[in-house]
Amino acid sequence: MSPGHAPLLDVDGLNVEFRTQGGTINAVSGVGFRVAPGETLAIVGESGSGKSCCVLSILGLIPAPPGKVTAGRIRFRDTDLLGMPERELRAIRGSRIAMIFQDPLSSLNPLLTVGTQIAEVLETHLGADRATARKKSIELLRLVGIDAAEQRLNSYPHQLSGGMRQRVMIAIGLACDPELLIADEPTTALDVTIQAQIIDLVKRLRKKNAMSIVWITHDLGVVAGLADRVMVMYAGRVVEEATVDALFATPLHPYTAGLLRSLPRVDADHGDELPAIGGMPPDLARLPEGCAFAARCSRTTDRCRRERPRLEAHAAGHSVACWNAPPSNGTRQAGTSDR
Amino acid sequence: MNPLIRVRDLNVHFPVSRGVLFKRTTGVVRAVDRISFEIMRGETLSLVGESGCGKSTLARAILQLERPTSGRVYFGNTELTGLAPAALRQARRYMQMIFQDPYSSLNPRMTVAQIVAEPLLVHGVATGRQSRKRVAGLLQTVGLSPGMMHRYPHEFSGGQRQRIGIARALAVNPDFIVCDEAIAALDVSIQAQIINLLKDLQRQFDLTYLFIAHDLAVVKHLSRRVAAMYAGRIVELADRDRLYDDPQHPYTRLLLSAVPVPDPGARAGRHAESPAADPASVDPALVDPASVDPALVDPALGTVPATGCSFSHRCPLATDRCRRDAPELRPVAEGHEVACFHA
Repeated sequence: MSPGHAPLLDVDGLNVEFRTQGGTINAVSGVGFRVAPGETLAIVGESGSGKSCCVLSILGLIPAPPGKVTAGRIRFRDTDLLGMPERELRAIRGSRIAMIFQDPLSSLNPLLTVGTQIAEVLETHLGADRATARKKSIELLRLVGIDAAEQRLNSYPHQLSGGMRQRVMIAIGLACDPELLIADEPTTALDVTIQAQIIDLVKRLRKKNAMSIVWITHDLGVVAGLADRVMVMYAGRVVEEATVDALFATPLHPYTAGLLRSLPRVDADHGDELPAIGGMPPDLARLPEGCAFAARCSRTTDRCRRERPRLEAHAAGHSVACWNAPPSNGTRQAGTSDR
Repeated sequence: MNPLIRVRDLNVHFPVSRGVLFKRTTGVVRAVDRISFEIMRGETLSLVGESGCGKSTLARAILQLERPTSGRVYFGNTELTGLAPAALRQARRYMQMIFQDPYSSLNPRMTVAQIVAEPLLVHGVATGRQSRKRVAGLLQTVGLSPGMMHRYPHEFSGGQRQRIGIARALAVNPDFIVCDEAIAALDVSIQAQIINLLKDLQRQFDLTYLFIAHDLAVVKHLSRRVAAMYAGRIVELADRDRLYDDPQHPYTRLLLSAVPVPDPGARAGRHAESPAADPASVDPALVDPASVDPALVDPALGTVPATGCSFSHRCPLATDRCRRDAPELRPVAEGHEVACFHA
């Protein structure tokens, strides 16, 4: 992100806790990131890494109880989203910030037609009347590549395929020309062919609407094809953040590097054995004192087990939280040095 | 080479019915449509294709978990399709399955020891102390500590549960294992571990795998041969390298072009569009159901043309002949079969 631009979204020092029977879980700890206007940030991590919790807290959607945002600041343009009353937040959700989720079938109301559900957004947020809403709904369905849009308005979600439902979700998301689109694994449940279509659709719309995107995924292939910048999360913390080219070319955190090495690829031949990362992700209720990745890391030292490394700038726009990362070259970037 | 599984002209059709009170059959869905192929002893053959293409039904029909409408399946010299239930149960000892979801495929009320020992009891292979010893050995084989055998599934992570599922499949010394999306639900950092384990076990126990997956990168790493399925038919079957380097069927090409590559420089640029997103490949029949015989509509399959090649409505190469006649799988080179008039 170039320093001259005011960020669209600025998250700082975010902490999210969940109270469970097994004790308090720190789902997100000290996470901060910025998204510039028109930029696409990918958040990568496995289940339990806290990536979904981060974006749910942006939208005020952390289920409370058991969850709670215990610290942090989330600014969207000039407004603080965390302190905002639910009524005002609701006006922003779905209009200026839109979201799409992994499972479109459970995000759509099975009892209402597609047309009713798109029109609802337009009527609520833009105060459109029936006829205008209908016209705009047809336009939106065409925009996301659904033919025979007039007929499709009368379809119920179960009458559509998975890819079509996700297109409808995107149409609903785009209804109010949002400045920020938040996508939580939106293509994970879809076939590769449909995934490619949805990703290309999002790219086209991004260009057309100059929209910022936060895209959550565990698929590094999708990241490479879509993101400008990537944030890698592990056990509730950011372990690395970089531009997409820097991350794939010179991953600095052993977890990122290990993931990239262990992926089988269609465009490469691997020997017999994949270089897998050993062990498994830690239990969030019993996190070790030092680095959460220490138990699986090949470069672990005593210091890693004792002290937790902070996220520090390594090069312009490339930060990493690792004691053993190669020494930084001194060009600290204003945006990342304070985290 | 010696085939372990032979499939001959296999069909699995499901009736489509309408009406609540006066149910009538209005058509059939051909989930598996005239499929013939072989799986060689010790090899991994992978089935790839979109959801609803019939790959799981085909695997279930081979194991006789789904009784085929017609056709034959041989396991070695035994014809499974003709076996009486008791004989089939005996034959099943040599054929096991590993499932996608390690959370729902293990009984939460049984300990790991009971789960892994169950096939030993069912097939009368071992009981009592003998069985406990075997369970301990199996857990070690799949990389779990035998000390964990009295724990319950919820005490394990997804990757560990999948290891338990694999130990259960190995318990009765099978020859043939069907892996149905066995690594799809696992965390990325765990997938490589399980892939390596499956390969190790294959070498160690001379296993034959039928591997069902939608992840074409994983399939490339694991398989010796790959079959692409579309709408109940095998459209291409080839040695791994041939299929990935020189795919002949337009559907296989579409599938491969859609795989995201973890390399920002690999595509013509991440702001470019991939061929799979060509508006022409958006299923026109899905959009206009009136254009197709309603009897052949299956919500999962999408809409398949009533005559000709089932891919013709999505295919950029389709001609009148494709819409009229269905192409049969035919060899185009050594170890490479394609069902396309244009190959």
